[in-house]
Amino acid sequence: MLKTLKYLFKHYSIFPVNLTQKRKPDLKGKSLASIVSAGLSKFGKLEGLYAREIFAEAVKEAYDRCPNLDPKKDIKAMFIGHMGESYEHQGHTGATMADWAGLLHIAATRTEAACASSGAALRAGVYAVLSGLADVVMVGGVEKMTHRSTAEVTEYLAMASDYPFEQWNGITFPGLFALMATAHMHDYGTTEKQLAMVAVKNHHNGSLNPKAHMQTEITLEKALTSRVIAWPLKLYDCSLITDGASCVILTKPEVAKKYTDTPVHIIGSGQASDTIGMYERKSLTSLTAAKLSAKTAYEMAGVKPDDINVAEVHDCFTIAEIIGYEDLGFCEPGEGSKLVENGETRLEGRIPVNTSGGLKAKGHPVGATGTAQAYEMYLQLTGQADRRQVKDARIGVTHNVGGSGATATVHIYRRD
Amino acid sequence: MSEQAPFTVEQFYKYMLQRKLMAAKCKKCGKVHLPPRPLCDNCFSKEFEWIAVPGKGRLVTYTVIHVAPTQFQSIAPYAVGIVQLGNSLKIPGMISGVAPECIKIGMQLAIDFGTCGTAQTWPQWPRYCFRPV
Repeated sequence: MLKTLKYLFKHYSIFPVNLTQKRKPDLKGKSLASIVSAGLSKFGKLEGLYAREIFAEAVKEAYDRCPNLDPKKDIKAMFIGHMGESYEHQGHTGATMADWAGLLHIAATRTEAACASSGAALRAGVYAVLSGLADVVMVGGVEKMTHRSTAEVTEYLAMASDYPFEQWNGITFPGLFALMATAHMHDYGTTEKQLAMVAVKNHHNGSLNPKAHMQTEITLEKALTSRVIAWPLKLYDCSLITDGASCVILTKPEVAKKYTDTPVHIIGSGQASDTIGMYERKSLTSLTAAKLSAKTAYEMAGVKPDDINVAEVHDCFTIAEIIGYEDLGFCEPGEGSKLVENGETRLEGRIPVNTSGGLKAKGHPVGATGTAQAYEMYLQLTGQADRRQVKDARIGVTHNVGGSGATATVHIYRRD
Repeated sequence: MSEQAPFTVEQFYKYMLQRKLMAAKCKKCGKVHLPPRPLCDNCFSKEFEWIAVPGKGRLVTYTVIHVAPTQFQSIAPYAVGIVQLGNSLKIPGMISGVAPECIKIGMQLAIDFGTCGTAQTWPQWPRYCFRPV
């Protein structure tokens, strides 16, 4: 008997090893993947351009920023966020964008998670690099929207919500977030004025970003008197219908210094899902998928909300930014509106949010948004954000929400 | 085994055409699904029974949509909300028969089963809505 056990112990290393071995590698505080370069097209109404042509503009910037990168030789895979075929009657975006990036024949995959499509691409890039299957990958996103009428875009965007009950009843995307806004106002006393303050702040930040779709400041009065889209949300509570593309070059941390002296490390990555139908969720004033993603990312990174120096929060609607503050733990549930009212999320505040102008002013080409947030984080943490630079920014977070919250991704970044 | 109506959205709307609001109750764990689904997300059972759901409930949130998708442009602005039926089930729907400024969270609403459209294309579901009690 003893002999048999000794034999098993020696040759098969059964229970003594299994009991002590950790099933998952300890990632706490470690770099999961490093951003060595990033690119962003101009955001706006890009007339006469096709999505692939816009993507090429973002790619060119990423290549130019990183002379040590030999794209054709080094980049082994691409993950590209793209929401809808309807806009250009064009699907199969992975291969198309790889070709237009000059990376023909690499493994290219499209990720689709509505407005979190490229947040999911970033997460897929982390998987790829961390698995050891690829040392260098390109992650990006693209959407071309402005050639369609507002009614058409409204319809295409709504496709990311539940069809049999939400779309069937004429609920639009602004409508879904309006449902959350009404509930938040009812439960916590949030006001339309406080919602408008998010818009005013983000338009100010957008006025400092030469690539933003809208670079003009707005007044509180202008926001409050703009036309109603889905009460209580008005025109200036809504993000923009925008054309644009974004990308980052992601590497295994060990090889990052080969490409740049100033890599930005992804130290936390969380992604979660929820019911497609908002009506099936317990809470109408927070997004469970975002809260779970944040928890995962914070724990992985070994940081707390108080450690965050700069944040890009998914402000598809002003209410989404306020709920985002709460879901990311910047304040208690229901206190988000006070955070913006007290100026704590302004550029010079305690925790600057949406320094890029956010989806609200920089624009929201849906598939491009997740990696556009990562691009802003790359600029902020490498001190290249120019007039909107947050002083001494070291740790940042991006929060990307798909649809009305059925997908969320949260990533945490740190510079060396 | 007796013939049983499938636990699908299609069947849910067929019941609605018969002026019945029905949900699927899992025979194993007791979870009630609205809309119905063929696999219980709680215990993975495929054994369900149809149960009637009260057609009256409480409005938990709402909005008034002014910018509508192409299909709904002719009726905009219109109010939509989420109505809680009983203790836990919620479904969204348009709110009719009340001026938008008179809509209040907490108000009691009852389902109006509506009728099926005349279009021959998919889906041939009725257009239900909610009205004040």
